[in-house]
Amino acid sequence: MFEDITVSNGSGMNGNGARVPVAPRPAIEFRNVDLAFDDQVILSDVSFCVGRGETRFVLGGSGTGKSTVIKLILGLIKPDAGKIFVEGEDITEFDDVELMRIRKKIGMVFQEGALFDSLSVYENVAYRLHEAGVDEDEVEHEVRRMLQFVDLEDAIDKMPIELSGGMRRRVGIARALVGDPNIVLFDEPTAGLDPPTARTICELAIKLRDIEDVSSIFVTHEMNNLDYISSEYAVIDREGKVQYEFAGETYCLLNTKVMMLLKGDIWFTGRGEELKASQDNYIRKFINGK
Amino acid sequence: MNPLKHFLLELQEVTGLLWRVLKGLRKRPRYFAEMIQQMDQVGVGSLGIVVLTGFFTGGVLILQAYPTLQYYGAQSNAGQGVATSLIRELGPVLTALMVAGRVGSSISAELGSMVVSQQIEAMRALGTSPARKLVTPRLVALLVCLPLLTIAADFFGLLGGGIVANQIYGLDTNVYISSVRTGTDINALITGVIKPIFFGLIIGLVSCHKGLTTKGGTVGVGVSTTQAVVISSICIIISDFFLSKVLQSLMGTTLF
Ligand SMILES: Nc1ncnc2c1ncn2[C@@H]1O[C@H](COP(=O)(O)OP(=O)(O)OP(=O)(O)O)[C@@H](O)[C@H]1O
Ligand SMILES: [Mg+2]
Repeated sequence: MFEDITVSNGSGMNGNGARVPVAPRPAIEFRNVDLAFDDQVILSDVSFCVGRGETRFVLGGSGTGKSTVIKLILGLIKPDAGKIFVEGEDITEFDDVELMRIRKKIGMVFQEGALFDSLSVYENVAYRLHEAGVDEDEVEHEVRRMLQFVDLEDAIDKMPIELSGGMRRRVGIARALVGDPNIVLFDEPTAGLDPPTARTICELAIKLRDIEDVSSIFVTHEMNNLDYISSEYAVIDREGKVQYEFAGETYCLLNTKVMMLLKGDIWFTGRGEELKASQDNYIRKFINGK
Repeated sequence: MNPLKHFLLELQEVTGLLWRVLKGLRKRPRYFAEMIQQMDQVGVGSLGIVVLTGFFTGGVLILQAYPTLQYYGAQSNAGQGVATSLIRELGPVLTALMVAGRVGSSISAELGSMVVSQQIEAMRALGTSPARKLVTPRLVALLVCLPLLTIAADFFGLLGGGIVANQIYGLDTNVYISSVRTGTDINALITGVIKPIFFGLIIGLVSCHKGLTTKGGTVGVGVSTTQAVVISSICIIISDFFLSKVLQSLMGTTLF
């Protein structure tokens, strides 16, 4: 149903860097998904779409199933009922081989980093490239580029055990972004990081959204992540540098949406400002902490 | 769940794992580097304990059997006795048990902790099949190394037996060697190499399966490690009986 709508040049922007509304073709779609662990219902009849180039925030209290949503997209867990589409393909019935093909298009940042203990930082980041049998020179170039990106070049020869929690997370991000996936799933990427590093990660997400046209799901508890990502956009200036500009009043970022999970349902879905303006008690409490 | 159903379910899962490994063998990447690394850990790493086990088992066999043999005036057959029991039975079984303890436990602990720290999920998320990347190299290493380790254990067992016979009971070395040669017929040698292949399969599949299905955090790692060793050891001992029976009827027996 969304197949026929083509996105202009993939970036969703015109020559002046102004945003033009485009109908996004869904990168991820949940259709009436049900999931329960034993008799604990995690998701019941959940449906949503994440368009191409869209960033979808997933909010919700601890244990409401945010990480589970991400694992469903990767096919690490199968839904009890309903269908999940990734780039138009129904992955619900896929076998391991087909899932591996889908997973190669998706970058995932795990909540706890999930680095391979027995491999060095270099080998962790290079993992995908090594698996694909890429030439070692190219691997090294790419790994250095990614580590520079997350500001961890110095740690290249360290083992994961020698890193702090935040450093591990950043290595996890570098590992997920290697190979330029079309879809990136962030599971609380900024939890426990200092504000400047958290800001860097948000800028990264903005850049992926606006310049690389990556679709992403961004699970977070931190409201400032939402503020940054839903109010700023990235453009490339004349020198080819990436600049972050405020969207301001007149622009609304069509490609950033928020969704809140509660008790197995999608409690709220809409734009960041709408969430802020909501009078719902639960949402007010979630935003203000009281 | 009743135990029979539980057993059948586990058996089904293990068979499924084997099937995925076999299917994966046809495709690239083949993970040769991992295989070599595992062979180093399994084979070279276990050589010491296996040689020691073999040596002292051969020694104690002679130590206990020699007086009886001497009573019947059959002490010149001592080497044959050690050779038969070592090559057909004790060599394969004891080696497999030692390797189950050393390698089986480390496999399931390693895979188990990868499960609880989400590394297995991360691996799958990055588009790699854990069956191929982790299970296949370990299984191949066990299938290749266990027969070789068994041969080493046999050899050192015969050596140990010879030293005990010579040093403690004063048996002539040439008599011992020629009697060992009577005991090592081709059937015994075939039996002695086929068994460790099966045992390697058991250790590899049970330990990998237990490791990959670890549940419940670090405590779970301990549980699956224990189970891996216990289950593989029991399976080795039980299957040894049936393997012996089958091989015996296939090849016939030559005893003393
Ligand atoms: N493998 C599992 N077996 C049983 N229950 C599980 C399993 N994984 C998750 N759950 C349950 O599913 C619920 C949702 O878990 P999930 O990890 O998705 O939460 P979350 O929203 O990511 O929470 P957090 O913000 O704390 O990360 C939890 O209540 C948890 O108890
Ligand atoms: Mg979570």
